[in-house]
Amino acid sequence: MSTATSTLTDAAVDITGLTVRFESKRSQTTAVTDVSLRVEPGEFVTIVGPSGCGKSTLLKVVAGLVPPTSGTVSLLGRPVRRPQQDIGFVFQRPALLDWRSVRKNILLQAEMRGLDRSVAARRADELIALTGLTGFEKALPHELSGGMQQRVALCRALLHQPPVLLMDEPFGALDALTREQLNTELNRIWRDTGTTVLLVTHSIAEAVFLGTRVEVMSPRPGRIVRTFPVDIPPERDYAQIMSDERFDRLATQIRGLLGAGANH
Amino acid sequence: MPQRAADQSAGPATDDQPGTIPPVAELPPVAASAGNPGARGGTPPAARLVRLLEALWRPALLLAALFAGWWFVAEREYMPNYLLPTPGQVWATMTEDWSFLMRNTYVTLYETVIGFILAALLGLGTAVLIVYSRTLEKAVYPIVLFAQVIPKIAIAPLLVAWFGVGLTPKIVLAVLIAFFPVVISGVAGLRSTDPELLDLSATMGAGPWRTFRRIRFPNSLPHLMSGLKVAVTLAVVGAVVGEFVGAKEGLGYVLLVANGNLDAALLFADLFLMSLIGIVLFAVVEVAEALLIPWHASRRGGVPLTTS
Ligand SMILES: Nc1ncnc2c1ncn2[C@@H]1O[C@H](COP(=O)(O)OP(=O)(O)O)[C@@H](O)[C@H]1O
Ligand SMILES: [Mg+2]
Repeated sequence: MSTATSTLTDAAVDITGLTVRFESKRSQTTAVTDVSLRVEPGEFVTIVGPSGCGKSTLLKVVAGLVPPTSGTVSLLGRPVRRPQQDIGFVFQRPALLDWRSVRKNILLQAEMRGLDRSVAARRADELIALTGLTGFEKALPHELSGGMQQRVALCRALLHQPPVLLMDEPFGALDALTREQLNTELNRIWRDTGTTVLLVTHSIAEAVFLGTRVEVMSPRPGRIVRTFPVDIPPERDYAQIMSDERFDRLATQIRGLLGAGANH
Repeated sequence: MPQRAADQSAGPATDDQPGTIPPVAELPPVAASAGNPGARGGTPPAARLVRLLEALWRPALLLAALFAGWWFVAEREYMPNYLLPTPGQVWATMTEDWSFLMRNTYVTLYETVIGFILAALLGLGTAVLIVYSRTLEKAVYPIVLFAQVIPKIAIAPLLVAWFGVGLTPKIVLAVLIAFFPVVISGVAGLRSTDPELLDLSATMGAGPWRTFRRIRFPNSLPHLMSGLKVAVTLAVVGAVVGEFVGAKEGLGYVLLVANGNLDAALLFADLFLMSLIGIVLFAVVEVAEALLIPWHASRRGGVPLTTS
């Protein structure tokens, strides 16, 4: 659960000089190198980069799932040393439990944390309504489309009202239409909850649509090559934004930076 | 074994075939909730019966043909009846010696079931040790493998020498034979957990026990159940082999007696009962599987015999 130990001056996420190297017997991979990134509470920071540039690794380091090789990482003002609990995590694949209904998949979060059942149940129902899953509470994951499954994963990540939400290409496997729809929903949820979001994507459009700030990463070993503040008001709408020339300009700039490697 | 054939005959309410996945529309979610997933939880009984019949007629036909062939050959005495009894003779023995046969069936069934249960528990425990501890894996795996490659039939006399002619050596043999598939399938099942789920579990602050109980163990069930199906049929073999080597009761013992007396009808009746034990126990595990993992793909589409 969110704790009150962080003060207003603490960044939600603070990364300085982060390098991550994976060593195996035969090879050595530097996934990210010298990344510094500060995310203020309430921000929605998106990271775009070609695949394999270390985006997932970066998120896992913030979550405390992968240790940094060098550099420091802190979450809500506390150094990250072990798996962090003040976060919600959404992966590219929904990673649902096949044997649990939609509602029970969402409530897994509460069971694993030992949260109060009735509070969690009420919160789950709110989230189900918020994400348009009403009527599917009892459905099993295999009965849902990819978009619906990802909505469930999102609800699960939000159940405990985490101060920070980490999302690793959450809509990367969905078709364009579903993706836009979920982007719109995510934008609304972010505005409603005030959660800090750090979202990784390889879609430029998605990065600009969602972010208050876009960080562009280079190919492996990944480093942040440029930061683009998105000076478009937080309430976003696809139809509007697509014809917004600020959006166009940003997207073009980012595309130029990334070269032909990225899509959309 | 009965195959639930690829079911083209699925009833109208099945929403669980691959390819028909999106009954649930993306756009707009509110309208989509009219499509009713609450109606799932099964095919109507009539459709299920049709599906069952559809699955059964082929094996039934084959069995009937074999039976007719047997009847014909035995009745015409193309083979002498002391080698191949007629179905009538077998039936007569079955009814005359019914209580004798049932008593011995019970003994073998008891050995098999106890052996199977012990093998399942020990096998799952070993699988957990192997999956959770690298050190234990290195220590335990070679022993498990070694225990598997010893021909169990060869150590049966030793077991009888150690444990006498009672039930113990048969149960031990059943355990030894049935243990291996449980370990292998348990390890495969527990290892098949999505690493992202384990990451997720770590960020939920859940300890190893919660992770095991809520994620790893249920996730391993499809693998584990196919291992248990193999194990239960092997447990029968273990019990019967144990009885061959030294016993005063049980179907294996009866088989030896019948063989010694050139009583082919008794021998056949005995073989039927042995197979029946295997089939019934297999079916019990199948039912358990259907109850435990109705959500699994292997249970939705049919094809019960494949490892998941
Ligand atoms: N656990 C790991 N062990 C070894 N190499 C890894 C591991 N995780 C990621 N990598 C490597 O690090 C690089 C970056 O991976 P990743 O962070 O997944 O990139 P992205 O998410 O941007 O596609 C890749 O070359 C990948 O092979
Ligand atoms: Mg990735």
